[in-house]
Amino acid sequence: MSDSASIMPEHPPVTDWVNDFDHTDPTWTENPFPIWEKLRAASPVVHTERFLGCYMPTTYQAVKEISYDTDHFSSRRVIVRDVRPEITARAPPITSDPPEHKPAKQLLLPPFTPDAMKKLEPRVRAICNELIDEFIADGKCDAAARYTKHVPVRAIAHMLGIPEKDSDLFIKWIHGILELGIKDDNALMEAVREMTGYFAGHIEHRKKNPTDDLISTLMNARDKDGNPLADEHVLGSLRLLLIAGIDTTWSAIGSSLWHLAKTPADRERLVAEPELMPLAVEELLRAYSPVTMAREVMKETTISGCPVKPGNMVLLSFPAANRDPAMFPDADKVVIDRKENRHAAFGLGIHRCVGSNLARMEMTVAIEEWLKRIPDFRLDPAGKVTWSEGTVRGPRQLPMLFGKAN
Amino acid sequence: MAGKLKIRVDQDKCQGHARCKSLAPELFDLDEFGNAHEVGDGSVPAGLEDKAWLAQSNCPEIAIEVTEE
Repeated sequence: MSDSASIMPEHPPVTDWVNDFDHTDPTWTENPFPIWEKLRAASPVVHTERFLGCYMPTTYQAVKEISYDTDHFSSRRVIVRDVRPEITARAPPITSDPPEHKPAKQLLLPPFTPDAMKKLEPRVRAICNELIDEFIADGKCDAAARYTKHVPVRAIAHMLGIPEKDSDLFIKWIHGILELGIKDDNALMEAVREMTGYFAGHIEHRKKNPTDDLISTLMNARDKDGNPLADEHVLGSLRLLLIAGIDTTWSAIGSSLWHLAKTPADRERLVAEPELMPLAVEELLRAYSPVTMAREVMKETTISGCPVKPGNMVLLSFPAANRDPAMFPDADKVVIDRKENRHAAFGLGIHRCVGSNLARMEMTVAIEEWLKRIPDFRLDPAGKVTWSEGTVRGPRQLPMLFGKAN
Repeated sequence: MAGKLKIRVDQDKCQGHARCKSLAPELFDLDEFGNAHEVGDGSVPAGLEDKAWLAQSNCPEIAIEVTEE
């Protein structure tokens, strides 16, 4: 959502998508799929002068080439923005390149394995039912505000060992970093500052009162020489886990419920055949991938035959890759039991999302519990569905009516 | 009749998406970092051939090799 009218002149409405694309344009925010089709038909890599110069790979193949090429493409900036200030707040491992990347990532992997997620699953099921209890009697709700948002917030708070009741703060920071921060550097810096202060307090507290949570795990981690991580590294990784763990899955659950609300055939099939859930979750991840990442071009190269020059950013759109018909037959159709599905919703290569198993578990549980309690639901024609802007795409207002339509 | 299948996970390519473990838990195991490897010597027991192919065709990193012996 663009919150400030004063910045409008920098982002005039797009008329020439192929040569002047803008992923913050309201048309893109509302419905990006036809735009991606147009860009893909034009070239495997397109360019815009906006954002101080930025490429976008439009095919699965081009996205894959860039994801695997850590030599020419750096992860030091992972959001395409209007400005490129000096890098101060790193968030390892997402902002790390080889060789720093691997050790930073390996610290975070063990707490996020599928087995670790199985232990967290009962708490997430309980969270879902606590939320549904709050609105089911109303016969309707804004599912984005009352349900899909709170599942990942409470789950990640539970894992980190921070109070679930602070969730409004987390949401505010994430909005400042992922949405406002694209165009407003102050909003981003302020959010990062507040977040860092918040976590610094929690770290300080644990120095005297050790706990059994992810913050303590990071504080107790040792590098290969046996030294503890610098506070800045711990803080960076904590910022990453909170930022990456909330908006993303909020969006994925929201888009899934949005799809099921307007597609009775898929909804009824999932209710009747719950064993389809694993395939369905992957297909919903493919069709409505929430996360677009970024890279910075470090050295001149070619991608799918297109020259790419340093000084530019890259909008690394996994969502667009996942709609490429050269990779996925009927790419624009949700095939709820799609068998072959090498989707890239969690990225490709060394930066594969560290929380992918958490996200899958939360999506599965949130959809299952919703369908058990509310098997029939539809979009409320009196309300309006709105979508987040920029880096992470998902419904931010999702008004639903429960029960069968008359 | 088709021969026996054998699977192998390329450790250099696997990035721990864990799709194979979810689709064919009998055939794949994960290490402490969540990266996959084949169970035992990778021989696919009779009746699990379809699962082997399904896992192979869902690996985003193309890290799974299925061969017929």
